[in-house]
Amino acid sequence: MRGAQDLVLGVESSCDEMAAAVVRGGRTILSNVIHGQADLHAPYGGVVPELASRDHVRAISQVVREALTQAGVVPEELAGVAVTVGPGLIGSLLVGLSFAKALAYRFRLPIVGVHHLSGHLASIALGSETVSPPHLGLVVSGGHTALYRLEAPGKGVLLGETRDDAVGECFDKVAKLLGLPYPGGPSVSLAARAGRTDAHPFPRPLEGAAGLDFSYSGLKTAVALEVKRCSPMTEAVRADLAASFEAAATDVLIARTRRAVQQEGLGTVIVVGGVAANHRLREGMGRAAREDGFRAVFPPPALCTDNAAMIAAAGWQRLARGERDDLRLNAFSRSPLAPARAPRPPA
Amino acid sequence: MKILALDTATENCSVALLIDGQLTARERLLERGHAECILPMIDEVLGEAGTPLASLTAIAFGRGPGSFTGVRLAASVTQGLAHGSGVPAVPVSDLAAVAQRILGDDETAQRVLVCNDARMREVYWGCFVRSAGGLAGPVGEERVSEPGQVALPAGWSAGPELRGAGTGFAAHPPLRSSFSTILAAIREVHPRAAEVALLAVSEVTAGRLRSPEDALPVYLRDDVVRPGPAGH
Repeated sequence: MRGAQDLVLGVESSCDEMAAAVVRGGRTILSNVIHGQADLHAPYGGVVPELASRDHVRAISQVVREALTQAGVVPEELAGVAVTVGPGLIGSLLVGLSFAKALAYRFRLPIVGVHHLSGHLASIALGSETVSPPHLGLVVSGGHTALYRLEAPGKGVLLGETRDDAVGECFDKVAKLLGLPYPGGPSVSLAARAGRTDAHPFPRPLEGAAGLDFSYSGLKTAVALEVKRCSPMTEAVRADLAASFEAAATDVLIARTRRAVQQEGLGTVIVVGGVAANHRLREGMGRAAREDGFRAVFPPPALCTDNAAMIAAAGWQRLARGERDDLRLNAFSRSPLAPARAPRPPA
Repeated sequence: MKILALDTATENCSVALLIDGQLTARERLLERGHAECILPMIDEVLGEAGTPLASLTAIAFGRGPGSFTGVRLAASVTQGLAHGSGVPAVPVSDLAAVAQRILGDDETAQRVLVCNDARMREVYWGCFVRSAGGLAGPVGEERVSEPGQVALPAGWSAGPELRGAGTGFAAHPPLRSSFSTILAAIREVHPRAAEVALLAVSEVTAGRLRSPEDALPVYLRDDVVRPGPAGH
């Protein structure tokens, strides 16, 4: 790889955050700049794609300049540029991708496209622990809830995924039901601190079922019915509902992971994505790991949500393998990270 | 003066390089895939001319109005190319680029009404007159409106020198019929980087240059959160 320092610029714009970062050797963050848009979308109760894209094109030059300046790096020193190519909002993705390709072309740098989930999986490399494949990967965010068997960075098979809502999406919807602010993950967790996890017996969907899929729509409905039954809510009831929901949502993730560990015979699980910042999930998974004798590794909490440092880290892995994309690189709104495992032939 | 120009506001994906009055241009009509094609096309024209990016006087781009995704693509590529290079950016109106195309092709044309389809039963439109150096100069503001609100400036009467241009006339037949007797001819043409480059020359001469982060689209349609189909 060019440059003694292995410096990679990462650019991420798949949803409502414009982010740029400089990472050395796929592990050391020199800068990590995030320009969020929560205020822009708050009046609409969700991300408005066209508004997100418009803000990205206003912000991108400034965000990239800040990332380079904070890192004390000029483009000529970079070993390459890594950019999220999908999945995500196509209009948003295209702003980051087009800018990144043009910048790479201008400075004659290699460009590599990064799958957003490969980025999340690579966020582990930015922490203090080292993991080596094969291992399991649990991706939990606002858009994804999936378990992978990973044979190499970003490469593997899908073992199971949600059949309906993503777990992070469920947190957002429950926050809304409880009258708590967006984003729902942190606000539900905060409310849950004062509550009892066993106050409301919410279902653990698919917990005992065969396979490794997830389902969150039934849990969401159960919470909605319970909120109706308990209205008007006192603060104590709100806390109990939040705590009982959080327990149910995270218990399922832990139970499915334990089953996957057993099924695949692997000793390490990495847990990434926005919901990996959830305190109860981190504690519960740690406890399960000690009991069952596996390792559960999480990224630093600040790197669980979308950021460009993880894109730079994943890009560095591709560059280190000698992989390059060309100027025709394009974005995609949907595409799985890895194929689902073919069903086993009947015994 | 060396100007690189690009335009992706419509199906027409185009680049041009203007070096001291000498024009090299490429264009491709594409339904999609502008993001894949634009940089290889830029690489081709710069490579043929042996012109390094850093030696450019300015990078001009079609700033809209047009496809939202398309004008953002041109703006994002321009920002990325100009980043850290000290090369300024020049935004050029895509309606003016269409008018310039008409004026360039026909020396008898003096005035042009440009109407481009904006979908959602609207058009992007503007009026242009042949100005100094044969360049299209705007008369009044560019607008997005229902076809019924398109109107010529006071004092513009029908005549052989008055032309219509753009995709709006074919897309909105009532617009075509209401102007067909006033306009000497109507041509359905897309904006091109070649005219974007020509129009940028006077901007550069006048010192109207932008830093890369100010290389931004002009959408005209800004009420994008209203219900209904996604904006064009």
